[in-house]
Amino acid sequence: MTEVLRVEDLRVYYHTEAGPVKAVDGVTFALKPGERFGLVGESGSGKSTIALALLRLIRPPGRIEGGAIYLDGINLLSLDEEEMRRLRLARISLVAQGAMNSLNPVKRIKEQIGLALRDHGVQMSRAEFDRYVAGLLQRVGLRPEVATMFPHELSGGMKQRVCIAIAISLEPQVIVADEPTSALDVVVQWQVIDTLRRVQEELGAAVILIGHDMGLMAQTVDRIGVMYAGKLVEIAPTRELFREPLHPYTQLLIASLPSLDGKGELRGIPGLPPSLLSPPPGCPFHPRCPFVMDRCRVEESILREVRPGHWVACHLH
Amino acid sequence: MTALLEARHVTKVFGGGLLRKTQTVALENFSFQVSGETPRITAIVGESGSGKTTLARLLLGLVTPTSGEILYRGKDLQKLSGEDRRAFLHDVQAVFQDPFEVYNPFYKVDHVLELPIRNFGLAHSRRERRAMIEEALHAVGLRPEETLGRYPHQLSGGQRQRIMVARALLLRPRLIIADEPVSMVDASLRATILGSLLKLNQEFGISLIYITHDLTTAYQVSQDIIVLYRGSVVEAGDVEQVVRDPQHPYTRLLVGSIPLPNPDRVWQGERVLGRPAGELRPVGPSYCKFHERCPFAMPMCVEQAPPLFQTDPRRVTACYLYREAPAIQPEELVGVFANGHQVQVVSRPEAQREGGAGGVGS
Repeated sequence: MTEVLRVEDLRVYYHTEAGPVKAVDGVTFALKPGERFGLVGESGSGKSTIALALLRLIRPPGRIEGGAIYLDGINLLSLDEEEMRRLRLARISLVAQGAMNSLNPVKRIKEQIGLALRDHGVQMSRAEFDRYVAGLLQRVGLRPEVATMFPHELSGGMKQRVCIAIAISLEPQVIVADEPTSALDVVVQWQVIDTLRRVQEELGAAVILIGHDMGLMAQTVDRIGVMYAGKLVEIAPTRELFREPLHPYTQLLIASLPSLDGKGELRGIPGLPPSLLSPPPGCPFHPRCPFVMDRCRVEESILREVRPGHWVACHLH
Repeated sequence: MTALLEARHVTKVFGGGLLRKTQTVALENFSFQVSGETPRITAIVGESGSGKTTLARLLLGLVTPTSGEILYRGKDLQKLSGEDRRAFLHDVQAVFQDPFEVYNPFYKVDHVLELPIRNFGLAHSRRERRAMIEEALHAVGLRPEETLGRYPHQLSGGQRQRIMVARALLLRPRLIIADEPVSMVDASLRATILGSLLKLNQEFGISLIYITHDLTTAYQVSQDIIVLYRGSVVEAGDVEQVVRDPQHPYTRLLVGSIPLPNPDRVWQGERVLGRPAGELRPVGPSYCKFHERCPFAMPMCVEQAPPLFQTDPRRVTACYLYREAPAIQPEELVGVFANGHQVQVVSRPEAQREGGAGGVGS
């Protein structure tokens, strides 16, 4: 088995009065054990919906409409609620967006870690538990004293480390991290990502890092999937994606990033992402694409492997 | 020559009251000038808690300095007469982080654009008003037919933010103070909005104070930069020098922590500096605030806060590692910026203030 996670044709719609919003519309990708995979996209591209869908945490009006999510060969979408609950945290865990603000303010850190363990039926003596918590905190670079502290006594970076500690407490095979550093200062951001990277390597777990910061992706993940309007438009190894982006959206996105290597022209991508209620026919990017052809306006582009490991959904390729 | 806007030895302390322990020094002895003659873009960079937003609010007159003063054309901002106050509200515009809070959800976005024109009597007819609004929207890359007549919630965050830039532009101010104008905006739009701010400077000669935590965009947009750490200037000067060859250990750490969108560049983070030097305890009330995190900390760092050492003609660094260089006074900071040398450094602030007060009466 060379894939720990395989997502096939995943579709998640939010049912609104105006009609279904196709937040994730036919997404397919796979993850090797221990791999770091980045999902980048702008707001509304569907990346956070994928994170929730992987853990089957989509709530109404959202619904997983179709597709499959295989974790180690088991289709998560065919499990009942209780089986899925047992898999969460133990096999696949989530560091949700803004997770550090969802820590319970009136419970000590070790109680919050204990809650997660008890929920999964882990039995330990008090001494064992204290040792376990201290070890877990040490893993994410926190002092053992943090165990008896309350969230308000911790800085943002420390809280985010606690969330990572909880996410790895049962040693899952896949860790999904949704914008784990978006509210943190750059110096702290580096520390948190460094921690995540280290514990992930120790566990041999695969990581899906979700975000919008191409710089963070370039420095953190092995492979990148680029999302646009609910679809994956390109997947490539990180180095190759930056050296030779194939999809026009990826090209423009990379060109719009400011660098420190010299002052350039500040150039954004003209136009706006489409409404997911009534996406344009054909390629979703065609209204903004500088290379648009007649075909793009009518015919959907399918994600195809154009060279080994490099997938792109564009009629140019 | 009087500066358009000047901060003179400004300190802002929050909280405290009688309980000294709970006081927070948000900004300490900060001096800076924006010239009325030469349009410049100055970036003020710092992390959360650096005092950068407090500085923006001080410069806009939204908070009062604990000590020191903010002067608009030589007059104390807190004591402006009605007419001067109007002139200030015209000359200095603000663009904030979250544009949604600025809008009244019950009014169409046209409202925020019409209001300043009416308040300042800029247009003589409806047609003229409409033309002004359309011109301002074009200047920030928005199509009037897609923007006007809509409610705030019908526009994207980027569109709302650009309308705020357009609004600032309508008044043809002398200075725009932009506090994190793009931190809530997606990458592809970020460049567009920063580009429109840059255009205001180049085409309309408007000065810009760009306040941000993001060194990369600060580098792209500005000519001068001031790096703040916990309320103090740690390094300032020409942006090419400060960002591409940082001197202060804190600036080095900041630059090293930026994840660059280039997989071949190494992302170093705290490894740039290594472990802190050791246990040094502040001896007096004045010390380098970075000493706890600094691997180069020396006993002198905790005895007295370092002054600004002028290490290059266009750069100062508040660090004893550069103590060979001549030290300058905080109010001389503006002299290290390009074009800043035209601005006369006033050695006797008292005399200057009296002259300014005379001006208010006339």
